[in-house]
Amino acid sequence: MKIFRPSPLRSYTLEKSAVEATGKDLDMLLNNLDQKYPGIRFRMIDEQDQIRTHIKIFVNREQATSLSVRLDAKDEVLIICALSGG
Amino acid sequence: VKKIQIFVGTRKGAFVLRTDGTRRKWEVSGPIFLGNIVHHVIMDPRDGKNVLMAARTGHLGPTVFRSSDHGKSWKEAAKPPAFPKAKEGERGLVVDHVFWLTPGHSSERGVWYAGTSPQGIFRSEDHGNTWASVSGFNENPMREKWTGGQQDGTPDGPKMHSILVDPRDPYHLYLGMSSGGVFESMDQGKSWSPLNRGCEANFLPNPDAEFGHDPHCVRLHPMMPDRLYQQNHCGIYKMERTEGRWERIGKNMPKKVGDIGFPLVLHPRDPQTVWVFPMDGTMVWPRTSPDGKPAVFRTNNAGKTWKRQDQGLPEKNAWWTVKRQSMTVDHEKNVGVYFGTTAGEIWGSRDEGESWRCLVRNLPHIYSLEAAVTHP
Repeated sequence: MKIFRPSPLRSYTLEKSAVEATGKDLDMLLNNLDQKYPGIRFRMIDEQDQIRTHIKIFVNREQATSLSVRLDAKDEVLIICALSGG
Repeated sequence: VKKIQIFVGTRKGAFVLRTDGTRRKWEVSGPIFLGNIVHHVIMDPRDGKNVLMAARTGHLGPTVFRSSDHGKSWKEAAKPPAFPKAKEGERGLVVDHVFWLTPGHSSERGVWYAGTSPQGIFRSEDHGNTWASVSGFNENPMREKWTGGQQDGTPDGPKMHSILVDPRDPYHLYLGMSSGGVFESMDQGKSWSPLNRGCEANFLPNPDAEFGHDPHCVRLHPMMPDRLYQQNHCGIYKMERTEGRWERIGKNMPKKVGDIGFPLVLHPRDPQTVWVFPMDGTMVWPRTSPDGKPAVFRTNNAGKTWKRQDQGLPEKNAWWTVKRQSMTVDHEKNVGVYFGTTAGEIWGSRDEGESWRCLVRNLPHIYSLEAAVTHP
């Protein structure tokens, strides 16, 4: 399925804004993504498998609050960095 | 030709200053990882080529970058420091940022230690590529009491810092925590004991508490490893480890300046000589140069007397300060002393602090400076 990536993470994906990965749920999808682009998962997901504070993940435009969200091959996953900074 | 390098960590990336043995002209390169919050960059003195960098961005989680060619090229750690996954139904700790990096003992090539916010300690045995939790601290049943929990710490989060390795014994470690205090391990981190006797903690309900103190920077002199110095929230201290009690040597500082500050650095060949950079720790803790007049203070007699060293520094209206990792020394005959400010300036002295000049301006807020010497 297609995953749309925010610019702060594109250094991992050879500057591509959209990449492909597979998984039956978000957890598996992000593990698959990490196999392709090592290190990317930990920048978004902490060691307790929680989505980091300033990261938002949407599945078909619905915000996911955990990694247990089930996925279908046709789903679109959008990852954004929340607006914050200084 | 010998090169002196200063690795600079800033709120917006890393930079490197380079000079030759004369230390007259400095060249700045960078930014490296522009936009990353870089708390510490340090070269491994055991090999003079491996460099580690503690980084994160405002949005993304923490990581460590590694270079094996003096900082020319970088790779990310395959397994950055991370606390163990909590058991089902329990709340686990999460590394917010890696704050401190320490090369391991000279007999243990490739070993490094990392200190994090919140307070955790991690060990790598492969030059920083993969990191393991030091469970003797991170999973110690006393950890929460020692650290005071998430609320206790600096405005930027509680810190593990000042991880020190006894040059005589790789099993003998110290660490400092803001907050938590100074702790010591004799078994390479399997067990830890508080080491705060004699150190004030005027912010605690029990000022004679065994732990809960706020060391800002702790140093051990490699030529006299039983001599420890500490810049603390409550003053400047010295300890002879054989005695096991901190002595407040900052009481001999001028009253108008006080003995509060973040950094403390040691002369590489003289255990009696120490430099500090005092800051305003009154009322709401402005953490600026006292009265807007920055100055370094040096003692040549382990704190019996202190000398103000401000020749060349702004005489007034300079409201910056120097953070705990932002002061460093080189190993030249006349020791070079350097500090980086919260206003993005790096100041240097070629005469052991007698006179100062600004080496670079307009960098981002500086978090750390570490000097290194390379012989290409």
